[in-house]
Amino acid sequence: MAFRSPSGGARRFAVLTAAFFVIFLGAFAAGRYAVRVDKTVCILLDGALRAVSGARWGLAAFWTDAEAAVVLNVRLPRILAAALIGAALSVAGVSYQGMFRNPMVSSDLLGASTGAGFGAALALFLSMSYLTVTFSAFFFGLAAVMLAYLISRRSRMDQTLSMVLAGMMISSLFTAGTSLIKLVADTENQLPAITYWLMGSLTSVRGRDVRFAALPILLGLVPLLLLRWRINLLTLSEAEARSMGVDTRRLRLIVIVCATLMTAASVAISGMIGWVGLVIPHFCRILFGCDYRRLLPSCALLGASFLILVDTIARTVTTAEIPLGILTSFVGAPVFLYLVLSGGEQNGD
Amino acid sequence: MGIDVRSLSFSYGGAPVLRDLSFSTRGGEVIALLGPNGVGKSTLFRCLLGFLKPTQGEILVSGRGLSSYSRRGLAREIAYIPQSHSPTFNYTVRESVLMGVTARLGPLESPTEEQQSLVMQTLSQLGIAHLAGRGSQNISGGERQLMLIARALVQDARVLIMDEPTANLDYGNSYRVMERIARLGSEGYTVLFSSHDPNQAFRYATRVLALKGGTLLADGAPARVLTEPVLSALYGVSVAVRSVAVGGVSHTVSIPCGAGENQ
Repeated sequence: MAFRSPSGGARRFAVLTAAFFVIFLGAFAAGRYAVRVDKTVCILLDGALRAVSGARWGLAAFWTDAEAAVVLNVRLPRILAAALIGAALSVAGVSYQGMFRNPMVSSDLLGASTGAGFGAALALFLSMSYLTVTFSAFFFGLAAVMLAYLISRRSRMDQTLSMVLAGMMISSLFTAGTSLIKLVADTENQLPAITYWLMGSLTSVRGRDVRFAALPILLGLVPLLLLRWRINLLTLSEAEARSMGVDTRRLRLIVIVCATLMTAASVAISGMIGWVGLVIPHFCRILFGCDYRRLLPSCALLGASFLILVDTIARTVTTAEIPLGILTSFVGAPVFLYLVLSGGEQNGD
Repeated sequence: MGIDVRSLSFSYGGAPVLRDLSFSTRGGEVIALLGPNGVGKSTLFRCLLGFLKPTQGEILVSGRGLSSYSRRGLAREIAYIPQSHSPTFNYTVRESVLMGVTARLGPLESPTEEQQSLVMQTLSQLGIAHLAGRGSQNISGGERQLMLIARALVQDARVLIMDEPTANLDYGNSYRVMERIARLGSEGYTVLFSSHDPNQAFRYATRVLALKGGTLLADGAPARVLTEPVLSALYGVSVAVRSVAVGGVSHTVSIPCGAGENQ
């Protein structure tokens, strides 16, 4: 990779930040019910001011109630959810990649997604309420990772390797559990519901889902942002990192807890959305280099932008919505292939 | 001040690898650790870095028990330079070296501007400032070794432990890296490096520790203690030690010449 001046990176980061805001606002304009951008901005501003202070601050309503309802009750939760999930999966992915010293790792390595999928399938099978499904997914996502971590602690092998193996085992157990539930589920209602849920979609996301997921996602995101310099040292060998003053065991545990909170909360409200946590970190490494001081925030922004964009495509292009998980795979896999092929040349010099 | 090893014994559960080892180091010493394969050189390093707990005996660092140090505290005393460094991600040389300052930072802090310029200064001192923006995967083995030395220097510990610093280097690069290491001694650092080449001890070390069967076979100035019988006993081959004058400077060299009787 060529020499990069810090100012070049700073300029790219500014462009990315601007792009995020453009995509965020632009997504409100897209959809069957068109709302002008200036109206959107004022509706959002008005909504925010009212939420914060309860006053209207003299903003004259030059929009209709229907427009306000579309923006605030339908599009806002969905776009916020896409932004939060995109950022969460990307940041969790990039943190895991550093920790496991492997650029091919994504945030469900330790079983967070498969655990959450099982939890959701179980709740749907038992015909629980929507809220219970979300909560069960979140809970089983956390439980799966906790199991994998505790098992790996008992192993005498290298900690990273034993974690990967324990994660694979737990993932495969929960996948089998999900398959078993699908097998015995009622094929009229439950099986389609489970299958559709597992595909990953933001169609049914409402304000309460965003409120449910926002707290764990922020609880994971903020510590990782604060610790991002130290994550650099986890990419070194165990002996190097420890000799440089890092308590690797504790830092790893923090990264796992944060990444798992974010992944489980995301999967709980959206189902399985693949590839984001893998492709976005790669893209950011090319644009911003390896240093987590810039890599981590840029992953959050690019991941959020990417998922808002793909979700907007998912809800506007066809009348019958394409589940987001399918689209991210369609977009993600070719991009990833391209990166792998072009990355090969780079290492050849 | 330095490392003080007192009757150190270590075993992985079976037979002891290190037995009743004692030595202490002073600032400015460049110490070569010699010994046959599997004799416990790496085990000794892992004990000194606090990765392994001694079965018996104790290690004092700057007069304080090693086990009382936090990871961060110990990193301010002892820096470690691994034999090889194979980065998973292509950090630039500047970023790789900057990681050395972490022991000077609080848990949530990032490096300061001052520390960034310290990195550039250190790279200049080692003559590799032109590599600052290059990827650490895209430089030569010798350059990477100098990069690791730079990283240890910005860590600002007074004791440097180097695991076979020239193991993966060609003839020329070995020379350049060893010359630099020898100079660190005169700058006041304590350097402890392991090596398989007695000639490196003769040429660059002020002191040699020869490890055999878990104990010290010899400890002292290389030219004095690395005699033909000691080297022969150490490696199980007969070794001839000669003086060679090159350009008016006399060098001591060892040459293996025939399988010994004890192996």
